[in-house]
Amino acid sequence: MKKLINSPENVVKEMLEGMVAAYPDLIKVHFSPNFIYRADSPVKGKVALISGGGSGHEPLHGGYVGKGMLDAACPGEVFTSPTPDQMYEAAKTVEGEEGILFIVKNYTGDVMNFDMAADLLKAEGYKVESVVIADDVAVEESLYSAGRRGVGGTVFAEKIGGAAAERGWSLEEVKKVVEKVAKNVRSIGIALTPCTVPAAGKPTFELSEDEFEFGIGIHGEPGRKRLKMKPADEIVQMMMDAILQDMALEKGDEVALLVNGMGGTPLMELFIVNRKVSQILDEIGIKRYKTLVGNYITSLEMQGASITVLKLDDELKELLDDPVLTPALRWKI
Amino acid sequence: MEYDVKYFDRFVKIFAKYLAENKEYLTQLDAAIGDGDHGINMDRGARTALERLDTMDPKTPGELLRIVGMALLSSVGGAAGPLYGTVFMKMSMTIGNKEKIDDKDLVKALENALIGIKTLGKAEVGEKTMVDVWEPVVEFLKGKVLNEENEISEICREIIKLAEERMKATIPMQAKKGRASYLGERSIGHQDPGATSSYLFFKSLCEALSE
Repeated sequence: MKKLINSPENVVKEMLEGMVAAYPDLIKVHFSPNFIYRADSPVKGKVALISGGGSGHEPLHGGYVGKGMLDAACPGEVFTSPTPDQMYEAAKTVEGEEGILFIVKNYTGDVMNFDMAADLLKAEGYKVESVVIADDVAVEESLYSAGRRGVGGTVFAEKIGGAAAERGWSLEEVKKVVEKVAKNVRSIGIALTPCTVPAAGKPTFELSEDEFEFGIGIHGEPGRKRLKMKPADEIVQMMMDAILQDMALEKGDEVALLVNGMGGTPLMELFIVNRKVSQILDEIGIKRYKTLVGNYITSLEMQGASITVLKLDDELKELLDDPVLTPALRWKI
Repeated sequence: MEYDVKYFDRFVKIFAKYLAENKEYLTQLDAAIGDGDHGINMDRGARTALERLDTMDPKTPGELLRIVGMALLSSVGGAAGPLYGTVFMKMSMTIGNKEKIDDKDLVKALENALIGIKTLGKAEVGEKTMVDVWEPVVEFLKGKVLNEENEISEICREIIKLAEERMKATIPMQAKKGRASYLGERSIGHQDPGATSSYLFFKSLCEALSE
């Protein structure tokens, strides 16, 4: 293992120290328990939006803390869910008396830890709601597994939910619009290489030079199937087929796109992916309202990409366009 | 036999030792079907628990188990944190303020721990999880201790053997819960890491008896 770190035990702490040093005007960091929160929190009269998950997916979630997006993010150890005390303390620090919404990626551990935190807060009289994001179409047989994983759709859920909260919507209204995102978003990912959790020191799976893994999540876990390597256009076609078969899109519909790198993929390759994604959507008459290309939800140094498609309506379009000012996402400010 | 705070202290130390020794092994098992952190996380949790026991010096079994439960909840993460945290918290709640407990109390505490795991994880036997070890062992203990009035010390060898068998029985199972379930049929042929740490839990519980 060759990594630009000091010691595996300190990667999360040292990352947080570096983040707050870079964006002191936007975020603050609390240690033990660890969470990143808006520099101007608590914002009174606003629903507090909190997310979190394992570390190693940066900029998710800490990079999305700021005006128009998250109030706090709780980073766990690398690829490990955060613990209930993190969400509990974060919520008490940022809540603005209008309730708290948890945005949770659908992983067994994340759901359990956020549930326990919600119970602790409710016992003290706080209003807490949760929306679970489960957008990964790679997971089939969802009735017989822990359900679809939460992946790239989380970025849109945090952006749109954050905009709704910033506008002063009620907890019920913010929850409803985040649920709308959850319902209308689909993702799929592929990997060309595995990744190495610093504390483990070894890659989580092995992939030979001429293979790629189809239907990966974001934790270096193996995917649904392993295939012989193909040109980008063919891989993108497979990915888009999986997404489009799973969502009801009609000619004239508008979508937001996220062509996301897993951490080790050059932007050049992501744009090559986006080229094909755009061609496919144009051919079937789907309008591309907004496209993000880059590393938004990663899996350490993994080479690979994911595609997320969110079906939009006027409400989602407006909220997506609202100003946002965070370390990793900012526009119209 | 009577179980006092010293017994539970021995138990937690033995469990922590096994988790440290098996850190790599549990992590490898997890890497095959999950996300490769079970050993690392459980070892970190056990070390946190030992540190807190050292500074807080609990006087009753219930207090000791609660400290361990809170330590695991706040330091393990993943699904294992809430699940093992719940095990120790439920045991603590069952035992309450008693200075010492008997065999039947311990079995009842383990039964409540199992109920806690199943409620939180919504898993049943056969889904390739820690429940695959916990449920048969607790059922066995209920039969032998609650009904037939045996002492746990008399049936230790059988408990460890049963836990080991059930741990190995997860190998051919297809995972239906937890992160391994995303692999579908590819989860078949691998031993479940949670079932493996559960085997170490019961092994430690038995080995702490002798001293």
